[in-house]
Amino acid sequence: MIAVLAAIAALGGLALAFGALLGYASRRFKVEGNPLADQIEHLLPQTQCGQCGFAGCRPYAEAIARGEADINLCPPGGEAVIKALADLLGVEPKPLDESKAAPAEKRVAVIDENTCIGCTLCIQACPVDAILGAAKQMHTVIASECTGCELCIPPCPVECIRMVPVPRGIEDWKWPAPWGPQAPQTAAPPSRAEAA
Amino acid sequence: MYAPGEKLWHFHGGIRLDGQRELSTGRPLGAVPLSAEFVVPVQQHIGQAGDVLVREGQHVHRGQQLTQVREYIGAPVHAPTSGKVIAIENRPVPHPSGLEGLCVVIEADGRDDWGDARLEPLEDYRALSPGRIRRRVRKCGIVGLGGAAFPTAAKINPLHEQRIHTLVLNGAECEPYITCDDTLLRHHAAEVVEGARILMHTLGGPERCLIAVEEDMPEAYEALREVLGGTSSGSFRLVSIPSIYPTGSEKQLIQVLTGREVPADGLPADIGVVCQNVATARAVYRAVVHGEPLIERIVTVTGRGVSEPGNHLVRIGTPVHEVIAHAGGYVEPVQWLLMGGPMMGVALHDDAVPVVKATNCLLAARRGELRAAGPVLPCIRCGECVRVCPARLLPHELYRLARAAEFDRAQEYDLFDCIECGCCAYVCPSHLPLVHYYRYAKSEIRDLERERQAADRARRRHEFRLERLEREKRERAERLAKKKAAVSHKADPERKKAAVQAAVQRAQARKAARGDTAPTED
Repeated sequence: MIAVLAAIAALGGLALAFGALLGYASRRFKVEGNPLADQIEHLLPQTQCGQCGFAGCRPYAEAIARGEADINLCPPGGEAVIKALADLLGVEPKPLDESKAAPAEKRVAVIDENTCIGCTLCIQACPVDAILGAAKQMHTVIASECTGCELCIPPCPVECIRMVPVPRGIEDWKWPAPWGPQAPQTAAPPSRAEAA
Repeated sequence: MYAPGEKLWHFHGGIRLDGQRELSTGRPLGAVPLSAEFVVPVQQHIGQAGDVLVREGQHVHRGQQLTQVREYIGAPVHAPTSGKVIAIENRPVPHPSGLEGLCVVIEADGRDDWGDARLEPLEDYRALSPGRIRRRVRKCGIVGLGGAAFPTAAKINPLHEQRIHTLVLNGAECEPYITCDDTLLRHHAAEVVEGARILMHTLGGPERCLIAVEEDMPEAYEALREVLGGTSSGSFRLVSIPSIYPTGSEKQLIQVLTGREVPADGLPADIGVVCQNVATARAVYRAVVHGEPLIERIVTVTGRGVSEPGNHLVRIGTPVHEVIAHAGGYVEPVQWLLMGGPMMGVALHDDAVPVVKATNCLLAARRGELRAAGPVLPCIRCGECVRVCPARLLPHELYRLARAAEFDRAQEYDLFDCIECGCCAYVCPSHLPLVHYYRYAKSEIRDLERERQAADRARRRHEFRLERLEREKRERAERLAKKKAAVSHKADPERKKAAVQAAVQRAQARKAARGDTAPTED
């Protein structure tokens, strides 16, 4: 009988001790915010274009985290982002939503400075503050900060904003894929016949 | 305890190649005559390009500084001769992309006049502080002349805790065909050794300096032995190493000489070693003792596609076709024009590109001289590439991962430790262009990293904007509240009560007055 009571007391004691420990840990190491949404947000391209139907990358990330949005709504991210999201969330990757435009090469907005009337509407539309200017002053796009979201184009009353592709310079030139048709001819090793 | 220089070690893998040295060592060192027009690329080194200091139409002296660098890892470029700057524009430069880069174009005036561009000679370098020498080396635009073009001033500035005990002078040419270091040692061994002494002084006096030349460079070895007065003199030791490709690669050479491996994500300085090419040592000597910036170098012009292969002193910025013409011109048909050796060289798209600081060799090869890309067959996982890889990687796995675009996994397999030596592709029985796959994967990874950084910046800017909009809204609300408060101040309850009271009193007074004066109707 004593043995049974001792066992119950010991187990009860252990349960209380671990319960207290867990309770303490949950307070002590409480994670603020939504870590899953953060992780998702880091995979998104941060163009803030709203093409997914949400008001930016963060709201879309939160919607995915809550399970309210699909992972295939981000056209700028394209296949790569869908694949990364599928890996993170442990779901099957799927093709980009058909209603969305196909992912294009990176482009930036350019303001035709002769036509610009300085209305500031594009400045208000830019999600990353990449347009400089003031009322009745000419505006210009800071190309290095432009995400190519195209949100500045509809508000412009004089249609002076164009999207231009960003040419790759030597600095950010990429080796083309070796299996591609335009693969450059690189140095080849000497023929075996001449090797010692 | 090992005695460096007495015993030699081996690195993993590597291959023995036919050096093809006789092709270009038979003729004496030539000098390419001054070109009429020099094209000096602003960026000729690893790191950031500098800001151009000259303007179009300006007259420049030979050796005049053309750019100024702000970053620590960077090097200025200098005018190769005196003349007029006729353009500062994009021109084709030697790069695998075939793209253009910013260049300063100088029309030579033929006087080749130093003017006041030569710096003050510092003959007694022993009296100078290492910092002073490093500043001189930096100002003279010296970069590693072995081919990688890493700014030398940054390389001879080790951290305090990296106590440097060994300076290695790399005279191992390593790639077939290239003999520019061999030629340099035959002609200027004394200046190379003097440069090494300056480097030793700058590094705070390492215990030893190992000068390594390959066993198939007997004349260079002899020249050095003569200058040193033996194979060992003071802290200097002359070492002849076996010609196993890629023994001229920095990490592999250090392993051969000291038996120690440079850590994967580290630098030779982490194990107390600094390695410099022999031509770099001579450039340091010319810069310090003669005040001459780096405006010329020895270039091997070779291959069966040139009629008189040899070594030539070439000013930086000379168009490649003029160098080839000086070597007797092409023997057509030329299949390949490479800058560098056959294993790691860059195929040039155009022979109008200029010679740059990193141009150690111009190789014009005829059909059949180099192995053509060949029919590419599937990888059979034979493991030959693993056997020869000097970095002890798994090339076939890296190939598979690069092909499948599994770049994260490729990094886990230490893709960035690959030195792109090409041994794996050389032995591959399936003729796979393996190095191309690694370069492709590396540039994709770098690009993803750039994109990630741009995304991070965009996110921060977006967050800041949201915060700003929020703040503006709050401030507007506050302003409104303040205005309201100012308005309602006039109508605060006390005054309201008082005003009502006053009105009531006035009305009563009027009433009373009326009562007093007006007779009642009834």
